[in-house]
Amino acid sequence: MLTLFYLFAAISVLSALVVVAARSPVNSVIALIVCFLSIAGHYILLNAQFLAVVHIIVYTGAIMVLFLFVIMLLNLNRSSEPQKSLATRVAAVVAGGLVLLTLLAAVRQGISVEPARDFDIGTGLVRSVGRSLFNEFLLPFEVSSVLFLSAMVGAVMLGRREKNPQAA
Amino acid sequence: MIAIVIFLVALLLVTLGVAAYATYAERKVAAFMQDRIGPDRAGPFGLLQPIADGVKMIMKEDFMPASANRWLFFLGPAIAMTTALLTGVVIPWGGTLDLGGTAFTLQVADPDIGILYVFAMVSIGVYGIMLGGWASNNKYALYGAIRAASQMVSYELAMGMSIVALVILTGSLSLNDIVEQQRAGLWNIVYQPLGFLLFVICAFAECNRAPFDLPECETELVGGYHTEYSSMKLGFYLFAEYVNMFISSAVISTLFFGGYDVPFLDGLGLPQNVTVVLGTVGLFLKITFFIFLFMWVRWTLPRFRYDQLMDLGWKSLIPLAILNVLLTGVGYYLKNGI
Repeated sequence: MLTLFYLFAAISVLSALVVVAARSPVNSVIALIVCFLSIAGHYILLNAQFLAVVHIIVYTGAIMVLFLFVIMLLNLNRSSEPQKSLATRVAAVVAGGLVLLTLLAAVRQGISVEPARDFDIGTGLVRSVGRSLFNEFLLPFEVSSVLFLSAMVGAVMLGRREKNPQAA
Repeated sequence: MIAIVIFLVALLLVTLGVAAYATYAERKVAAFMQDRIGPDRAGPFGLLQPIADGVKMIMKEDFMPASANRWLFFLGPAIAMTTALLTGVVIPWGGTLDLGGTAFTLQVADPDIGILYVFAMVSIGVYGIMLGGWASNNKYALYGAIRAASQMVSYELAMGMSIVALVILTGSLSLNDIVEQQRAGLWNIVYQPLGFLLFVICAFAECNRAPFDLPECETELVGGYHTEYSSMKLGFYLFAEYVNMFISSAVISTLFFGGYDVPFLDGLGLPQNVTVVLGTVGLFLKITFFIFLFMWVRWTLPRFRYDQLMDLGWKSLIPLAILNVLLTGVGYYLKNGI
């Protein structure tokens, strides 16, 4: 069990690094897919089969397909990559260094990693996820679906072809 | 443990065997529909044709375009084949055998989320086509890949919705539970005729079979996403399509036609092992029928135009699927209450 955890953790971290470091956007996307799959592996180690499979269907199967789709259509590659100016690069290095400093300070203070609740083996199964979504979190759940609907309507509005440009 | 490994290997061999003979059946069915004889040279009735085809595929020169992305070119067919083969493990192939005192169920794994697992594998399968098409660095292959991606994403929605309606009825995502419920009552096709129709149409689209074979339509795109592929890499793409067809037929039989349930078989009073084996035979007969249906449709209907394909998916199938979910929900409420 612990070996598997370390294996998945190593894959997650390495692939996440490749996402940032890869020169070609397509390689970045593929590394991100690998990262998502290894996170699904973590879910399965926690017996959260439902979360794992939904994670694969939604992130790996739908969102990353769209990412790949756009990258293929635009044919992004190294030559079309925007070159950053020197000032931007210096600013990025300084900002990154500051984040590192903050994180180091936080770690030095000693973050206590106490679980807020005891681990329940059934948390990630269909039954318990469904129960908590439709009882405890019904309102946030419905509100977020309305949010998605509004995003969809907005996308359709933007993508709609103007029938009569004079009238607008 | 040992029994599971043996069963896994057997499952792999059966899947590959059925897929191999599906290629033979496709050519024979096509020949029958077009009033020809079909392959009859290799062995009696041409029965050795799949082996001859396989040897031919392996012996051909493996050519890779100079400007192709090397490892993605290699990864494409590998993903297509792997995801096609991975789906079979959650399908219940039969009941529980009694092997000298130890019970053995003819299903590799029965997770809580069986049907969603099938769905996840289908959604990963599209990467095989997309990456292969893009890595070829060929405009026809890229068009094929982009068509495949948009087609599969569009039809996944309606497919998911038709499963939602089914799950409202069964109250379980486990494929074994779904089959056991059908054994106790009527087959799901009785309750879900519209859902069945939607699911079959989407399964055709997900397998890239005619009339939805736009990703590889030879009259417009040369060979589609596998234009640049040769030798066994091409073989894997073509073969993965037949494996997918076999698995889809198995899923359709399991969800809507009772899986390994054969009517009135339990009442005959046969020994348990015989009943289980006959049930599995029954499942394979159903699968054979659906594979034949795939071929029948391919040699009967012309291919859709691309805009017709998208119109059908988004403007007909998805509204119908939502309507089906709504009707099923109302029906369930009227019958059982909340």
